Amino acid sequence: MNARFLPLLATLAIFLVAYAICYAQYPAMLSTRVIGNLLTDNAFLGIVAVGMTFVILSGGIDLSVGSVIAFAGVFIAVMLRDTGLHPLVVFALLLTLTTLFGAAMGATIHFLEMPPFIVTLAGMFLARGMAYVLSIDSVPITHEFYDTLQKIYWLMPGKGRLTLIGGLMLLVFVAGALLAHRTRFGMNVYAVGGGTHTAALMGVPLGRTTVGIYALSGFLAGLAGIVFSIYTSAGYSLATVGVELDAIAAVVIGGTLLTGGSGFVAGTLIGVMIMGLIQTYIIFDGTLSSWWTKILIGMLLFAFIVLQKGLVWTTAKRRIAGG
Amino acid sequence: MPESDASQPLLRARGVRKVFPGTIALDGVDFSLAAGEVHALLGENGAGKSTLIKCLTGAYRRDGGEILLDGKAIDPKGTVDAQNYGIGTVYQEVNLLANLTVAENLSLGHQPTRFGMISTRRMNAHAREVLSHYGLEIDVTRTLDSYSVAVQQVIAIARAVTLSGKVLILDEPTASLDAQEVEMLFTVIRSLRERGLGIVFISHFLDQIFRICDRLTVLRNGRLVGTETTSAIDRVDLVNMMLGRELEHEVRSHGKIHSGTGGTRLSFSGFGRRGRIEPFNLEIQAGEVVGVAGLLGSGRTETAEVLFGVAAHDSGKATDGDGTALNLASPRDAIAAGFGFCPEDRKTDGVIADLSVRENIALALQARIGWMRRISDREQKAMANDYIRKLDIRTPDAEKPVGLLSGGNQQKVMLARWLVTNPSFLILDEPTRGIDVGAHAEIIRLIEDLCTQGMSLLVISSELDELVAYSHRVIVVRDRHHVAELTGADITTDNMVRAIAAPDREAVA
Repeated sequence: MNARFLPLLATLAIFLVAYAICYAQYPAMLSTRVIGNLLTDNAFLGIVAVGMTFVILSGGIDLSVGSVIAFAGVFIAVMLRDTGLHPLVVFALLLTLTTLFGAAMGATIHFLEMPPFIVTLAGMFLARGMAYVLSIDSVPITHEFYDTLQKIYWLMPGKGRLTLIGGLMLLVFVAGALLAHRTRFGMNVYAVGGGTHTAALMGVPLGRTTVGIYALSGFLAGLAGIVFSIYTSAGYSLATVGVELDAIAAVVIGGTLLTGGSGFVAGTLIGVMIMGLIQTYIIFDGTLSSWWTKILIGMLLFAFIVLQKGLVWTTAKRRIAGG
Repeated sequence: MPESDASQPLLRARGVRKVFPGTIALDGVDFSLAAGEVHALLGENGAGKSTLIKCLTGAYRRDGGEILLDGKAIDPKGTVDAQNYGIGTVYQEVNLLANLTVAENLSLGHQPTRFGMISTRRMNAHAREVLSHYGLEIDVTRTLDSYSVAVQQVIAIARAVTLSGKVLILDEPTASLDAQEVEMLFTVIRSLRERGLGIVFISHFLDQIFRICDRLTVLRNGRLVGTETTSAIDRVDLVNMMLGRELEHEVRSHGKIHSGTGGTRLSFSGFGRRGRIEPFNLEIQAGEVVGVAGLLGSGRTETAEVLFGVAAHDSGKATDGDGTALNLASPRDAIAAGFGFCPEDRKTDGVIADLSVRENIALALQARIGWMRRISDREQKAMANDYIRKLDIRTPDAEKPVGLLSGGNQQKVMLARWLVTNPSFLILDEPTRGIDVGAHAEIIRLIEDLCTQGMSLLVISSELDELVAYSHRVIVVRDRHHVAELTGADITTDNMVRAIAAPDREAVA
């Protein structure tokens, strides 16, 4: 058994056990309707968590993504209200903007040798501030193209709907997994997470990789913003506060080491699903306070930190014993 | 050199020079490596081994001289560039990524791809094939950290050879391996030699040098001492080359037999720490200088660290002159017992480069009297000026940051720092390393002065002549044991060299 798959399997086991408990209490939860909703409701979180997975794999952190999603929503809403541009053109503009924003943060981190925490914290305030500049109020989006987008779905057996945004999230996960595990860029991300100094000695282009990682995170935050605007039909500068922390939680519950270098994109999908499942359970129950979501996620996070530490210890021990 | 192509050296360095502020790290060093030979690079700390390696691999920009590979001048800009020329390096601490699989480590940056996607299957097959040449049949899909350091070392070598393929530099590859693992590594090295690689082997284990190396080059204080064929010299010659005579003018007759009037100041019995230094007995008189001789890694610095509590002892006990037991579990305890310690690496362990001369001097005293009672600026200044005069520290004023002084003056500041605490026992680890000849003599004079004032000193040095000059007694350390103790007229460089070079313990007379 390869030890690096253990956190992933642990996440999967927790998800299955949690789902089994939900099913035992509310058999209706095992329907494609619930699953479809789970995917749709968490689509924006899932997409942004893929970007966060790359950032955390490289040993960094990106606190700006929640603000970027809010900015994206307001940007789209204001552009559609005030200009005659087609939404697709607005999307392209937005994605260019957020990708450049991420790349600039990556460049600052690499070339000025600043800690990612501080740089992306600045990015977080900057993006939120820009959203306020565009509009303080919630701006509704009324465009026929949006109506079309919202109506696209695939009817799964059992009458569940796989919506466009839910499907898009799954696609992003597939693309993210391929990028992480099957390309040189992905390998370089793991290498940087394993040790910047060593990676540089082995010939990994640190600057290109770091800029690429944060650009990718910026791009996916922009994409998550588009998805969120389709989901809510509005842009609001106060939306998605703290989503960056949800994304970090999903990545860690998904079995990625917060210190970098170890984890899987697929694990993050399960992490997002576990968090969505807890929320769904609380809605099904109807009597529980929504704060229970936070408490359970907190406990899960703690359990995973302990699990990861335990794994590191056992690996070290086995190596000594095994000679 | 009028030589035919066949005997042309694979790698050749001519007159390589590297200057750091305050010291000349390499002073016109020549080095040549033939294809199909294992060439040892030897020297004490600060001799210039690693500087030379870093110049060869482009990690440092050299200030002079040239490097020829296959007769053509090269100028590598960094390790990766050097690798593209054909020069690969494997460092003591394995420089691979523990979180990646063995196969990923071997192919990082050069993965086989198809349509931009890495072919994991081909990558793993390639890794298995490469490692089979090294006699390793392991699961290449496991992460690197599931394997022992020896296996990781071989994987690092395999990567370096695959990517460079002409010259392999091994920087202390055996430092953390046990005997069996060293054997496995040597098998790999021998087979690479047969394949025609030129291998530079850095190690301070003399046994290993004599077993595996064809030729050896010795550096000392940034200068070339000589290049010899291993079979043509013996251990005593080699130790002489490494530690030999340089300070002959310093040697003078010395009232070396200690009067013993001061009585015993400290006595350590069965003192030691597992894995650092075997238990030893040591008794130090008041006003006595005890020298410690040995090669790098022999346990000489470890002796000092155990005495000072940097690495707390786990056996034995210490008592002072009256027979009262001393607690020496940490440097704090040692300072409280009146110990002082000037470590070997001034830059990382000793002076605080950004603080001024005054602040550095006040530091240890402040630590001793506690942080509650502040020493006033005026007191600090008076104290600093006092020692600047007494030790002849060359600085424009007491407020100059220590980092801007020369090596010898930094050393004096560090000494001053301990002297203000008025210690009864002072440990000096390589007090004359990296300082110029003039300052050298002054430090030696200072050591003699201190012991006439009744202070007890333990001085570690790789300059054997220096030890002869000021020691009343010399302890020789080898393989983490105190193997010999020389007193009086027996303290000669020849006796020390013989004790250090002796292949096993009973050979010491």
